[in-house]
Amino acid sequence: MPETIEKVPIQLRVNGKPYSLRVEPRMLLVELLREELDLTGTHVGCDTTYCGACTVLMDGAAVKSCTIFAVQADGADLLTVEGLEKDGQLHPVQKAFGDSYGLQCGYCTPGLLLSTLQLFSENKEPTEKQMRKAIAGNTCRCTGYQNIFKAIQLAAQNMKDA
Amino acid sequence: MYPRAFHYHRAGTLKEAASMLSELGDEAKLLAGGQSLIPLMKLRFANPTHLVDLNFIPGTSYTKEDNGAIRFGPLTRHAEIDSSAAAARIPIIHDCAAGIADVQVRNRGTIGGSLAEADPSGDWATVLLTLSTEVRCLGTKGERIVALADFIRDAYTTALEHDELLSEVVVKIPPEGSGGAYLAFKRSAPVYPTASAAVQLTMDGVVCQDAAIALGCVGLTPIKPKEAEAALRARPITAKAIATAVEAVRAAVDPQSDMRGSADYKRTLAGALVERAIEIAVRRARGEQVEVNHIYA
Repeated sequence: MPETIEKVPIQLRVNGKPYSLRVEPRMLLVELLREELDLTGTHVGCDTTYCGACTVLMDGAAVKSCTIFAVQADGADLLTVEGLEKDGQLHPVQKAFGDSYGLQCGYCTPGLLLSTLQLFSENKEPTEKQMRKAIAGNTCRCTGYQNIFKAIQLAAQNMKDA
Repeated sequence: MYPRAFHYHRAGTLKEAASMLSELGDEAKLLAGGQSLIPLMKLRFANPTHLVDLNFIPGTSYTKEDNGAIRFGPLTRHAEIDSSAAAARIPIIHDCAAGIADVQVRNRGTIGGSLAEADPSGDWATVLLTLSTEVRCLGTKGERIVALADFIRDAYTTALEHDELLSEVVVKIPPEGSGGAYLAFKRSAPVYPTASAAVQLTMDGVVCQDAAIALGCVGLTPIKPKEAEAALRARPITAKAIATAVEAVRAAVDPQSDMRGSADYKRTLAGALVERAIEIAVRRARGEQVEVNHIYA
């Protein structure tokens, strides 16, 4: 084991805000968000790359922030659940999850919202099969997923009408 | 969960990464997509003292067609391959790239990392063993080309020397009349398959000219069942030929009983997956568009 570990300087943007920090190499991105930046909306679920509760968008791509070191996000543009609301208005995807009862305990919801956003960035009118594939990396232990699919459909509809 | 502390090094070129490996010694490991390595480090199964990050090296993520082959950059993410022209052209590559784990893992995981990790449950080695695949290995002393079959030595063990890294994956484009399919059986998307089967055929009318089969997750490395391949080669693909091949697959695999299933169960599963993959491969070789989805328990 090394005696002294040099911290590494990194710069990144989170929800549009620039940060300049020094991090220990082994710090995981999810811990940087939660412990250093106090953005606790990104959750730690399984901590084993399975459940997707820690999903954030990194340069537009959904990633599991428990499986990336913070140093790897150097230069990246991140979006977390805290960045979705604008001027006190919920994002249409957030609103649809509420309106469709697409959550119960809510622990998985931040990750699901961001996976849904990545889906919409590629496909504005997903089929049910495409929706299933898009959230296959997000585990929900409450809802049984049916209302989540309804929420994604409603969100797609709302965004189309908007 | 935190991995053990390590020193972080960011390579600017692949050559520099090889030099870093050479200088830092045995306790250094490369970080590509990290979707296998980081979980292993968090569980403290892997405890490198030095990590050499390849992710900031420009020009390492690409798929390009060149001289009858597709060249994949070592850091090409599964998601990029999924949407590439190469995947549209060679369906078995699409089956693999589109079916690995989930969206998040496909956005990070890389083809080079998957092959160099040589996880017995990985997807790429199984698929690429049914195609004519070579990997380029770059070290401080130069570059060499190794056939994939010689590259994968054992579970988590490849032909790479300590100061070498995988610098490119080169897959020959299959001849006209070819078709393939890759099918995995999984308990859910994010987990490794219980078993998987890759089949690549070259047909001349109804006669199978060439057949390649590889089975994943049922041995320490992907298994190439030679007798099963021979059962299909140089004859029409009849129900009887398929049954003989499936029987040979069951005899060739060497699965371990674990939480995903007993050895017997996996043996039966491997046979069933090969049977389905052969049928899809034949249809694709005829030019039919067939969508393949992994099977979820």
